[in-house]
Amino acid sequence: MIADQLPALTIVLPMLAAPLCVLARRPLACWVIALCANFLAVLSAWGMFWQVRDDGVIRYALGGWAAPTGIEYYVDMMNATMLLLVSFISCVVLVYAYRSVNKSVQSAKHYLFYAAWMLCLTGLLGICITGDAFNVFVFLEISSLSMYMLIAFGNDKRALFASFRYLIMGSIGASFILIGIGFLYAATGALNMVDLAQRIPDAESQRAVLVAFSFLTIGLMIKSAVFPLHGWLANAYQHSPVAVTAFLAGTATKVSLYVLLRFFFSIFGPGYSFGSMFLNVVLLPAAVAGFLMLSLVAIFQTDLRRMLAYSSVAQIGYIIAAFCLASQSGLTAGIVHIINHGIIKTVLFMSVGCILYRVGHTHSNSLDNLFHKMPLTVTAFILSGLGLIGVPLTVGFVSKFSLISASMERGWWMIGALVLLSSLFAIVYIGRVVEIMLFRKSRNSTPEPVGRHEAPMMMLIPMYVLIGISIWFGVSGSTTLAVASEAAAALLGGYQ
Amino acid sequence: MKLYERQRHRVLQIVTKLIIPFVMLFALYVQFHGDYGPGGGFQAGVIFASAFILHGLIFGLQRTRQVITPTALRILMALGVLIYLGTGIYSMLLGGNLLDYNVFAHDGKHGQHWGIFAVELGVGVTVTAVMISLFYSFASKR
Repeated sequence: MIADQLPALTIVLPMLAAPLCVLARRPLACWVIALCANFLAVLSAWGMFWQVRDDGVIRYALGGWAAPTGIEYYVDMMNATMLLLVSFISCVVLVYAYRSVNKSVQSAKHYLFYAAWMLCLTGLLGICITGDAFNVFVFLEISSLSMYMLIAFGNDKRALFASFRYLIMGSIGASFILIGIGFLYAATGALNMVDLAQRIPDAESQRAVLVAFSFLTIGLMIKSAVFPLHGWLANAYQHSPVAVTAFLAGTATKVSLYVLLRFFFSIFGPGYSFGSMFLNVVLLPAAVAGFLMLSLVAIFQTDLRRMLAYSSVAQIGYIIAAFCLASQSGLTAGIVHIINHGIIKTVLFMSVGCILYRVGHTHSNSLDNLFHKMPLTVTAFILSGLGLIGVPLTVGFVSKFSLISASMERGWWMIGALVLLSSLFAIVYIGRVVEIMLFRKSRNSTPEPVGRHEAPMMMLIPMYVLIGISIWFGVSGSTTLAVASEAAAALLGGYQ
Repeated sequence: MKLYERQRHRVLQIVTKLIIPFVMLFALYVQFHGDYGPGGGFQAGVIFASAFILHGLIFGLQRTRQVITPTALRILMALGVLIYLGTGIYSMLLGGNLLDYNVFAHDGKHGQHWGIFAVELGVGVTVTAVMISLFYSFASKR
């Protein structure tokens, strides 16, 4: 019986944890409640993943109302992968967050922090699981509102400004998405995604569908921080509590990218999006300019979090470029990079969080010789940094290799060359920091007390769990590639 | 002086005291007719909260805070969501899908009635608490 209810449980458990946190109020109790709920959500996402892999698509009718009338949860390989990724990253970062949040957020506000975290997780998982276009918007609002709140918990006044700026941009994005969905409803009379996908081909000639498509594209580009519309991201990542940054970097933009995929490939269909709408003419230059320019911008950042934030926008550029290939191999490359980048960027932000915890700042120029003080943290940073660059045997290599070979397959040699060029920039910005941490002698006349002062185990262990997974995914690249190609096939195959 | 302050709005205070029970009664009417007629938890919650807001406007924030404390509001806010989710989980325990009200009674129609009743109650409680605490937080800022 419980196996049939997994789609609902994945959403209900984190949602249930939020009011319980508000009632419990004591920081430790809240953390335990949130962690239990999150862990159970991971388990049910895991269960669903195998159900989908073995038996095919799951369709769950909420309230017992069958699909076109009621809201349904629709889980195929693509969602199942996203659900597992999002819930797992959230769970690991939540373990890590306890010590980090204890230090940076007032303890009277902890219960709100964990409640907001759970609501955000509910929203993100809900976006991934739902098969109803309007429900996507509802969950998008749940996740965004709680995200603004989480960002504002940063103990810096600029966090409020960053949160407000994201609120404005995010609301514009969300209302564009809502307008898009509204026009689609006007043109087709359907909100269910499967229904929409069936009805759009007949309505394609209507101008409303064209308008809906444009609004959705812009709205989702804002939400997923694609290059010219990424303005909110750097400040939000820099000033929010670092555990939140790690959580958001691994999940929030990835979930928006998933919605982008869902709309372009499953609902409108690649023939409409990339054939008659020439989406790749719009998106590909933005993606390429994004990964080149922002990798370049990242080189000149002196704050580690800001550097990684710009690097995130660059990585989103790779993912969008992969989507623009609109082929099986291109989509596979994009989805693999969603998974891989989600994991390595989370680890990078977690290691920066450890540095912040012990050193108190993240200015890369004054982290001389940090390796002798915090060897494990710096090792984690280097290992995941290598992944970001794309050194063989790391996850970055798997995704970049598949991206380049997919673009070769299409005959777009230039894209492959530019990806390599921006990887060189990544070597510079990661290498610069690593050089400072490993080799540079302290310039201070009064040397700081030498000796190891490592971050607490509760922060290191979750970080190394993720590193272990990323190494596994890097060495046996076929694991993620197989999952991603099944997901890509599910997207390209359309709804059954 | 103090006596004068308190008596200054005597007419408003008396009228308010007379009106508040009717506002609350109307809120309950809207609440419990939400399943068959127009109305429901959102509207009822706002009307119910407006009784407290009126009390706050006339008698001052201090006295309203004694009537319903911020702590009570925090609990009510969470409680409403729990009632809603509890209904959903109860329907799952009875063997239906999430929020499938048909399983609540032998007759599906009665089940729908009970389900909507419980869910709207949850919505009403949360909306009331959120509206009042919004009023508190705006009114207490200078």
